[in-house]
Amino acid sequence: MAEEKVIKPGPAGYIPQPASFLGVDTPPPGKALLYGEVVDEEIAMREAAKAMLTRRNPTIFPGPLVLWGYNTSAIEKAKAVLELAMEIPNCRIIPMPDYRPKYPKINPEAEINPNHPNLTILHNKIEACIFVGVHCHYANLSLRMIRAGTNCFTIALCAEMGHEDAMVSLRDVHADDIRRFRDVVVEMRKELGIEWEPKMPPENPSLPKEEWTNVSPLDFGEYAYLLLPRKGEIVEESE
Amino acid sequence: MGLEYVKIAPGFERYMPRDYVDLVKMGQFGRQVDVMDLGQFKELVEDHPMCAGCYMAYFIRIFYASLPNPEDTIVLGTAGCARLALSQAAVPFIYGNYGDTNAVASGLKRALTIRFPDKHKDVVVIAGDGGLMDIGFGMTMHSWFRREKFTTIMVDNEVYGNTGGQESGMSPKGVQLKMAPKGKQFDKINAVELAQTAGCVYVARISPTNPKRIAKVIRRAILAARHFGPTFIHAYTSCNIEYSIPTREVLADARNREKKDFKFYEWMTDEVKEYFEEMEKKEVKA
Repeated sequence: MAEEKVIKPGPAGYIPQPASFLGVDTPPPGKALLYGEVVDEEIAMREAAKAMLTRRNPTIFPGPLVLWGYNTSAIEKAKAVLELAMEIPNCRIIPMPDYRPKYPKINPEAEINPNHPNLTILHNKIEACIFVGVHCHYANLSLRMIRAGTNCFTIALCAEMGHEDAMVSLRDVHADDIRRFRDVVVEMRKELGIEWEPKMPPENPSLPKEEWTNVSPLDFGEYAYLLLPRKGEIVEESE
Repeated sequence: MGLEYVKIAPGFERYMPRDYVDLVKMGQFGRQVDVMDLGQFKELVEDHPMCAGCYMAYFIRIFYASLPNPEDTIVLGTAGCARLALSQAAVPFIYGNYGDTNAVASGLKRALTIRFPDKHKDVVVIAGDGGLMDIGFGMTMHSWFRREKFTTIMVDNEVYGNTGGQESGMSPKGVQLKMAPKGKQFDKINAVELAQTAGCVYVARISPTNPKRIAKVIRRAILAARHFGPTFIHAYTSCNIEYSIPTREVLADARNREKKDFKFYEWMTDEVKEYFEEMEKKEVKA
């Protein structure tokens, strides 16, 4: 069976062949992708649930379409994602709030960036993850990069047509479908005999709190003049 | 785009990185900040990979603090130094192919006007002298001829700084650069006069030494573009690497140039002048 899997957890190596070049196409409506094969949604959901319940450090990566409450369906979807996270034992949520490149680098415990998603996955030793609410082009980019460089089992809960590069890809996923997936997770958890009291994942171990209200230009020391040159002031020497 | 896009979905406040929580709570979205309060609010751009002492980085920092509506703004850039910082800001950024920024901006502005007829969506192009006056010259000029309603800001470092120091059309005559050892043979292009002739309704030339003035010019250029037509700012942002300006002297250099060929210059059409006078009267009353 293992030989038949077209898309499987990596590392597949630097710049792997895209799934679409391997003959994988997005699933038709009502179907899903499992290891690159078109299957019923139920089968794909069960395999995804099993991965999230049995592999190390399961994590949900919500994207901007979930994190920002720009309309009622986004807010509802966000709620459903939190409900799902509660049912997965020791699940973490690491957000992808936007796609801009970050210099010098991101804090891999606090966020994931589509330009180098492998950093977050390798740092946190994540072996199963769910992408939800990430715009398709950046999901494609990230999923392929993850397959190339990590052994992470990727699950794409896509609101559009699905993603070939994920091990499990569901399409047309909205709040109700996420809740359906949550029910499958609960069912599978019982089947596997895993005991778990639903609870919220831990908070973002974020950057240190900065007290912006008290920052003064003088805190910039000798460079303060660059921020606030005074009228008539001519700085000739700064050191 | 819009204020609704900078509200964290309920329940996710505790999962967002601190940077984003600060951006929403103490950022510029939905309010007008004073550029003199820099450091007292969460800025739209903070980290960037530009060289130490880069004056362009300073200008870009002031630029973002001056935006009248950052939540309704799209910035366009192209190859060159500026995009290194522009792409890291918390404002949507589009990277055009070298030279086509003003063509992309034209289409974008038109599309936004159709999509949001009752709202102002600001489009701002920030590109270097190479992107706007050399390789992108045709597209820049034609966007002005067509009277496209967006702002073009040229961050002029007078050299191709990214690629090793080739002369650009904006390099001063006679200047010797790494890749122009004989010295430049021709005069610097007079971009400001070109902009006036080509149909811009607001034109400014500035050496960014005074943050308050930079903010005023940027704000005016964006507001005038909303209602009247193309606007243009020519800003001197020295390349301290290619011109070998010691870091501690970049400001002195900017002041020096301000006294010579980068004297502050502002020009606008009568209707734009009238509009600002009206607006400023209202602001004084308020």
